[in-house]
Amino acid sequence: MNLALKDIRHSFGRFVLTTFGISLLLMLVMGMGGIYRGLVEEATLLVDRVGADLWVVQKGTRGPFAEISRLPRNVEDRVLAVPGVVSANSFISHTIQREYRDKPLRVTIQGLSWPTDRGLWLPIVAGRALGQAHFEMIADKSSGLALGDHVPLGKDTYAVVGLTGQMSSSSGDPMAFMTLTDAQAVQFDLVGDAVRTERAARVNRLQAIDLGRSQPQLEDRAAGVSSAIPALGTSMVSAVLVDIAPGYDPVKVAARIASWPDVSVYSHEGQRNLLLGGMVDKARRQLGLFRVLLIIVSGIIMALILYTLTLDKLHDIAMLKLLGARNLVILALILQQALLLGGLGYCLAYYLGRWIFPYFPRRVVIMQEDLVSLAFIVLAISVAASLLGIAKALRVQPNEVLA
Amino acid sequence: MTTPLSAGLVVEATGLTKIYGSGNTEVVAVRDASLTVARGEIVALLGPSGAGKSTLLTLLGLILPPNAGRISIGQTLVFDGERSRVNVRRFRRQHLGFVFQKANLIPFLTAAENVQLAMEINDVSPRAARTRTMELLEYLGVADRAEHLPSKLSGGQAQRVAVARSLANRPSLILADEPTAALDSVRGRQVMELFRKVAHEQKAGVMVVTHDHRALDVFDRSLEMEDGQLRTGACPNSTTGQNKAHENDK
Ligand SMILES: Nc1ncnc2c1ncn2[C@@H]1O[C@H](COP(=O)(O)OP(=O)(O)OP(=O)(O)O)[C@@H](O)[C@H]1O
Ligand SMILES: [Mg+2]
Repeated sequence: MNLALKDIRHSFGRFVLTTFGISLLLMLVMGMGGIYRGLVEEATLLVDRVGADLWVVQKGTRGPFAEISRLPRNVEDRVLAVPGVVSANSFISHTIQREYRDKPLRVTIQGLSWPTDRGLWLPIVAGRALGQAHFEMIADKSSGLALGDHVPLGKDTYAVVGLTGQMSSSSGDPMAFMTLTDAQAVQFDLVGDAVRTERAARVNRLQAIDLGRSQPQLEDRAAGVSSAIPALGTSMVSAVLVDIAPGYDPVKVAARIASWPDVSVYSHEGQRNLLLGGMVDKARRQLGLFRVLLIIVSGIIMALILYTLTLDKLHDIAMLKLLGARNLVILALILQQALLLGGLGYCLAYYLGRWIFPYFPRRVVIMQEDLVSLAFIVLAISVAASLLGIAKALRVQPNEVLA
Repeated sequence: MTTPLSAGLVVEATGLTKIYGSGNTEVVAVRDASLTVARGEIVALLGPSGAGKSTLLTLLGLILPPNAGRISIGQTLVFDGERSRVNVRRFRRQHLGFVFQKANLIPFLTAAENVQLAMEINDVSPRAARTRTMELLEYLGVADRAEHLPSKLSGGQAQRVAVARSLANRPSLILADEPTAALDSVRGRQVMELFRKVAHEQKAGVMVVTHDHRALDVFDRSLEMEDGQLRTGACPNSTTGQNKAHENDK
């Protein structure tokens, strides 16, 4: 006769509630671990997905994620001329927050080097990659945008032609991809009135200085588009991504580019470490610490629950001893119940989590190794709590039945 | 008088002493008590509250070790002073049956399972245990409550299940501590007569602590305790009781 099961059958409601409570607790632990992993994964997602061998950024800066980096766009062409470089792509990334259909739309826009990069490397789950040089975008599902949406950004309207799954920026915002020129336009373009005001102001400034008085034909230029004014210079990008041909030593190529006076170069790993070490470092440590605390607290709560379960049965255990039951009978009763509670609680936590975590606004990444280590922790807690209970039970004297 | 009986003795205790606590709080609960119980004999243990009756029973039941004295059960020397000579827990499950004031049934097991458990603990196969359980419950008139949990039994029914449990392993000695205190006098008497029946029919020794002087005629013999000391009681049947036990042995 299995006493553990008989006892559970007798107090089934209590057992179910206890299991449910433990599973909620374990789900929190799993979730906290998942949030921690999600933070790390999101932080490095873009760097990993882009997969560039080298990141060329503005001299002295730490790259496009850590701070503002601005490079002239021609760096791309200069880098391409370096032996061993297979491809060089400009990188533009900036976060915008606009209104779309009366709801805030917050996305991180990344420019793709049209026409070499149409976004085919993205995890597109619906629709297609970019098909034309302008006015198309690929957006992440989590932005809430749908295929066929037309989103007005700045002066222009962009059609959503593709959707990605799980592409978010290092701060967790959904990403949107468009051609570099479009991305820059979204960043810098002003609405018509602002442009007209600026042009008028420019003409006024010109008229106020000697140059304007001596060369009045410049007024036509000043009233026109700003890119037609030579003094305004080239457009800027955040970084240039470099892929290196096999057979070339990335360190040597990097050293060569880094010798230029206007850029700094980071390897893929370097950029990754900058992200983990800088941007998300505090958040990561905060979550990590909280997670450890959560594990400790759940461990204590679980141990208390299991121990109380034994305490409640001390009288029956004394009776069992009085009847002459072997210690093994008592040990099995306590241990089996603890393991059953721990095991069922863990499984329930896993399924609850699988159901609930996808609804979290940011990613919750449940890793196999975290699951395994949590399983061992639960096992250890169950056994440890049982040992406490067993130690207590073995000390119980059969004459306590008579009390 | 005891010598010819000793082959039929289920208990022989000599010079039992039990001291609780030490120093200022020391209580001598049992002082130099000697007694025998024969097979097929039912003995009453009487005495005022605090006399040491329960303590004596826990010594005979191998639940607590005596500070001094010897206890033999059947032909086996079990306690010689504080030291046990056998595995007392195994000895308990094989040879002893207990009934207390409260039924003390395991609350999460049904009446039948409670009885069955006592046998499974003693390595009886579940099927054999089940058969005997139903026989015992039948014998005690609670077979119709076999599948009920203890909380669904009346006090008397629960106590009869407890008696069935104490009989499960055909013990040679049954120890009962105020088994009828929680019952009305009619049911109390039923339980006492049941013990008498068990003693006489199953040839077990039975020792019952009781305050109920109206039921004394059930017993073959009585012992009285006062202040930890044991003396032969003034039970009307005391002499005939010993003879009866003797006769039963033949
Ligand atoms: N566990 C214990 N620790 C200390 N003293 C105890 C313990 N159990 C009993 N005693 C003491 O031993 C003495 C005998 O107690 P016992 O329970 O054997 O008496 P009793 O005859 O069964 O009384 P009652 O009729 O009230 O049940 C009492 O003075 C009691 O206070
Ligand atoms: Mg008592």
